[in-house]
Amino acid sequence: MLKGYVPPYNATVVQKLLDKGAVLMGKTNLDEFAMGSGSTDGVFGPVKNPWSYSKQYREKRKQKAHGENEDSNWLITGGSSGGSAAAVAAFTCFAALGSDTGGSTRNPAAHCGVVGFKPSYGLVSRHGLIPLVNSMDVPGILTRCVDDAAIVLGMLAGHDPKDSTTIQDPVKPFTLPTFADVNKLCIGIPKEYLAPELSSEVRSFWSKAANLFESEGAKVIEVSLPHTSYSIVCYHVLCTSEVASNMARFDGLEYGHRCDINVSTEAMYAATRREGFNDVVRGRILSGNFFLLKENYENYFIKAQKVRRLIANDFVNVFNSGVDVLLTPTTLSEAVPYLEFIKEDNRTRSAQDDIFTQAVNMAGLPAVSVPVALSNQGLPIGLQFIGRAFCDQQLLKIAKWFEKQVQFPVIQLQELMDDCSSDFEIEKLSSVSLKQ
Amino acid sequence: MWARAVKLGLRSWVGWRRGFTSKADPQRSGRVTAEVIEHLERLALVDFGSQEAVARLEKAIAFADRLRAVDTDGVEPMESVLEDRCLYLRSDNVVEGNCAEELLQNAHRVVEEYFVAPPGNISLPKQDEQEPFSHI
Repeated sequence: MLKGYVPPYNATVVQKLLDKGAVLMGKTNLDEFAMGSGSTDGVFGPVKNPWSYSKQYREKRKQKAHGENEDSNWLITGGSSGGSAAAVAAFTCFAALGSDTGGSTRNPAAHCGVVGFKPSYGLVSRHGLIPLVNSMDVPGILTRCVDDAAIVLGMLAGHDPKDSTTIQDPVKPFTLPTFADVNKLCIGIPKEYLAPELSSEVRSFWSKAANLFESEGAKVIEVSLPHTSYSIVCYHVLCTSEVASNMARFDGLEYGHRCDINVSTEAMYAATRREGFNDVVRGRILSGNFFLLKENYENYFIKAQKVRRLIANDFVNVFNSGVDVLLTPTTLSEAVPYLEFIKEDNRTRSAQDDIFTQAVNMAGLPAVSVPVALSNQGLPIGLQFIGRAFCDQQLLKIAKWFEKQVQFPVIQLQELMDDCSSDFEIEKLSSVSLKQ
Repeated sequence: MWARAVKLGLRSWVGWRRGFTSKADPQRSGRVTAEVIEHLERLALVDFGSQEAVARLEKAIAFADRLRAVDTDGVEPMESVLEDRCLYLRSDNVVEGNCAEELLQNAHRVVEEYFVAPPGNISLPKQDEQEPFSHI
């Protein structure tokens, strides 16, 4: 739909980065209009996970050598901001921006072994971010380490007169201090997040992380978010409804793709939109329109808004009871091969994969996915920390401490290893990054 | 009798619609009738395109029906997480703009400084009058 479109203005987040001297390397691939959890439905094709080509993964696969073509079974990056995650994971750039409406930044971050940060709703400007769900979207930040994410956040956060949903409280850029008071922390483990589909490896890393905090003196308690099982349904209704409204601006008249039909405005719009949108987007628009029909509005849309309040209140109650941060898995398992992922349709996959990440968007809370360790297959697994609203700095402090404890390994890509003369150089490239 | 007349009317449609309306799909809950489909396509200005898309909508509705199990008596709908704060409003002064040329460059059909649109007072033809679309 946006074929040939050249934006006449920069998004606020992009402009802020450029003003501070960032060098724009390029634009990355994603699921069309950020709808999806695999980055497989983009106009430019699916995104391949750089870990498919890593030494760590390849060595594990050789052990089960079947003589298959090495390139045919590549893995997905997760989505929808998969291109951004892949770019950061493959050392193409120091940081990348994504969007996060239901987990679209944290999901690929976990699959690609990078840090994926979702700021509190209202902290970072959405001006220039193509809206998907106005009440849940935020720009996401993907980097290789938590320090970098904090630096980028420091540049992007703050009130923007062009986005009236940004809060007006003053925000100062910050550097993350080393966190020393782990023994004063209270970590909450939501019991409803122990889903039956959760892979045993992720579960064991989750457990080990909780034990790690406990061994350092933190209080680790089980908490309850009772409406968790409804959050994905609620999201489904709200998302499709808002999408139906937000996609209405794409009619081919002022920008973007336009078809050749000239009989009438409506016919032109209909044909342009049929050509310009893929099946996923069209499906969501139609579902959204269904839920917004007069006879369905109360039963679906309003009902979903009420359930949203219940979900947001769940989090408020938990944080009010003294919990500082919640620790949950980010994804159900490590990245899966593309050929397996496409066996189910987009909606089903999104419903499965967003399960841990999207309740956070409902409540507008900050969350970060930190890579923890490699699975038995040599693929990254991430865990998610969820913080209180507008306590992004504290959340990042805790994430940084955790990152230091787990020492996630650097990806070993052949080209990278050829360029750098030693392992030490690769380490330096990854962790020193923005610092000189 | 009315239902039969409608069914006969439906059978005379060209294209993919004939395929799905005459088959009785056991999974269909019947919520997504032909009228609903036409209505949605008209509102959204996006077409279903195939039987799979209709089936997907049915599944989506069934999925959304799970919300009925939640007790929301006395709960107010939540529109925004920032509902306790005031929205910021800028003062009504023009501070930027004057970029008409740049904006017009993105449009396909432009005449002088106008976007060109086809005539607007013709409504989309009803299903039985429409030409069948070719699938992408």
